[in-house]
Amino acid sequence: MSVNGLKIIDILNKIADVIDENKFYLTELDAAIGDGDHGLNMSKGFAVVKEKLKEDTGSNIGDILKKTGMALVSNVGGASGPLYGTAFLKAAVVMNGKGEMDLFDFVMVLQAALDGIKMRGKAEPDDKTMIDAIEPALNVLKDGVEKRLPVKVTLKEAVDAAYRGVEHTKEITARKGRASYLGERSIGHQDPGATSSALILDTIYQAIADGR
Amino acid sequence: MKKLVNRPENVVEEMLSGMVLAHPDYVRKLDGFNVLVRRESPVEKKVALVSGGGSGHEPSHGGYVGYGMLDAAIAGDVFTSPTPDPIYEAIKAVDGGAGVLLIVKNYTGDIMNFEMAKDMAEIDGCQVEYVVVNDDVAVENSTYTAGRRGIAGTVFVHKIAGAKAEIGASLEEVKVTAQKVIDNVRSMGMALSPCIVPAAGKANFTLAEDEMEIGMGIHGEPGTHKDTLKTADEITAQLVNKILEDMQLLDGDEVAVMINGLASTPLMELYIVNRRVHEILSSKGIKIYKTFVGEFMTSLEMAGCSVSVLELDEELKELLNASADTPAFKLL
Repeated sequence: MSVNGLKIIDILNKIADVIDENKFYLTELDAAIGDGDHGLNMSKGFAVVKEKLKEDTGSNIGDILKKTGMALVSNVGGASGPLYGTAFLKAAVVMNGKGEMDLFDFVMVLQAALDGIKMRGKAEPDDKTMIDAIEPALNVLKDGVEKRLPVKVTLKEAVDAAYRGVEHTKEITARKGRASYLGERSIGHQDPGATSSALILDTIYQAIADGR
Repeated sequence: MKKLVNRPENVVEEMLSGMVLAHPDYVRKLDGFNVLVRRESPVEKKVALVSGGGSGHEPSHGGYVGYGMLDAAIAGDVFTSPTPDPIYEAIKAVDGGAGVLLIVKNYTGDIMNFEMAKDMAEIDGCQVEYVVVNDDVAVENSTYTAGRRGIAGTVFVHKIAGAKAEIGASLEEVKVTAQKVIDNVRSMGMALSPCIVPAAGKANFTLAEDEMEIGMGIHGEPGTHKDTLKTADEITAQLVNKILEDMQLLDGDEVAVMINGLASTPLMELYIVNRRVHEILSSKGIKIYKTFVGEFMTSLEMAGCSVSVLELDEELKELLNASADTPAFKLL
């Protein structure tokens, strides 16, 4: 099972909508332990992504992801802009010149994105960041590919793992970003970056599961 | 919210327009970007200094663009790091062929955005280096935090690295001197009242009538603790002692001192703080070579102050004394 460039654009549009619907929720999570702009900034950035992809014919998925990354880097600001921007730019390298993406490609894309986020943010698992949602999801995906499980089942399990990762961020102390100044006072609060990452993965799954 | 603004989303751009109109002999704005550069940029064969960050800390950093200090300052949204694009444009606009040094305050977003801009400029063949200022002793510098924050001590870096660049030092030499300032400067602040980000429309924290926060960051980040209001002398002693705990100053050492107002604290009170800082340092045999009292890095309308202490050697003394001529800092 694979998806073409137009489907990727459709998924990115859906991600933009989901981020916009959740902007106040994400901003509220951020206000508790950060500077309270995550949802608003992400929504602003993804609105530009939508705009930039309007004329795209979908022939080169690498190009689509690059436009997405550049739009996020230039318009989100704060720490999320460079982090999500780098994730998409690194993913773009993997998909450069390709018109179709299958589950194996997606594993490579998510691996590149995660490596990019770790490099840019100098963060590790359990630092209470987006990594805590993405890495567990990636591990499930790798496992699914290895065992040749059905795509939709694998994606669903990956999304569940991402949400479990988000829950886990409530139990740990922030060690990166503004939340780290709070030290143990950050315990009990869910990480907004991990939450937006899980929402994005969930949207990808929903769009694939829809099968349209 | 009681503020002299038009629309919250336009505050940064309108402020920069006003700054350029006030100081046309010093700065110009890059078309389409919230960046101020020296009017005569690029200065041929001089290492260019670029700094910036979220707005709301004026005169940081645009006020320090001029002779002997910065070549460019990028203004992000209020309390939000600028994105890489304007930083990249600033680097390109001021690179006079001798390379560019970025002076970044230690905040996660700032570091990432400046790093990305550095990568972008390097692809174009620009030589770019950066230093990270982390002078705020209120935050533990450990692997469990994003590290100490950069606050008012940054202005010493602008001043001294700027003087070094002006005498024709290489990029590597300017970077080494900037890093020496960073290694030698410590700061600590306190807040008496909060501030209001225009787009948010309400204060980001509250302090009761008889309360203060010791170690408060310049964006209202938590400090070491809340305390009941004390006298100026007691508060000053808390700040200075915390700073001195982190420096190895000996009898006879020389320092520069900066008493920085966060915006709503009158100069009268800053001088009262300065008086006590001098008493404490003198009692330990520490010599104060130069004192700066005023508003150098504010926090919108927050009330409170920060104290910075910079340990000096002969090189730093000479560079600190070199002339500078910028809208907000003049030493002639």
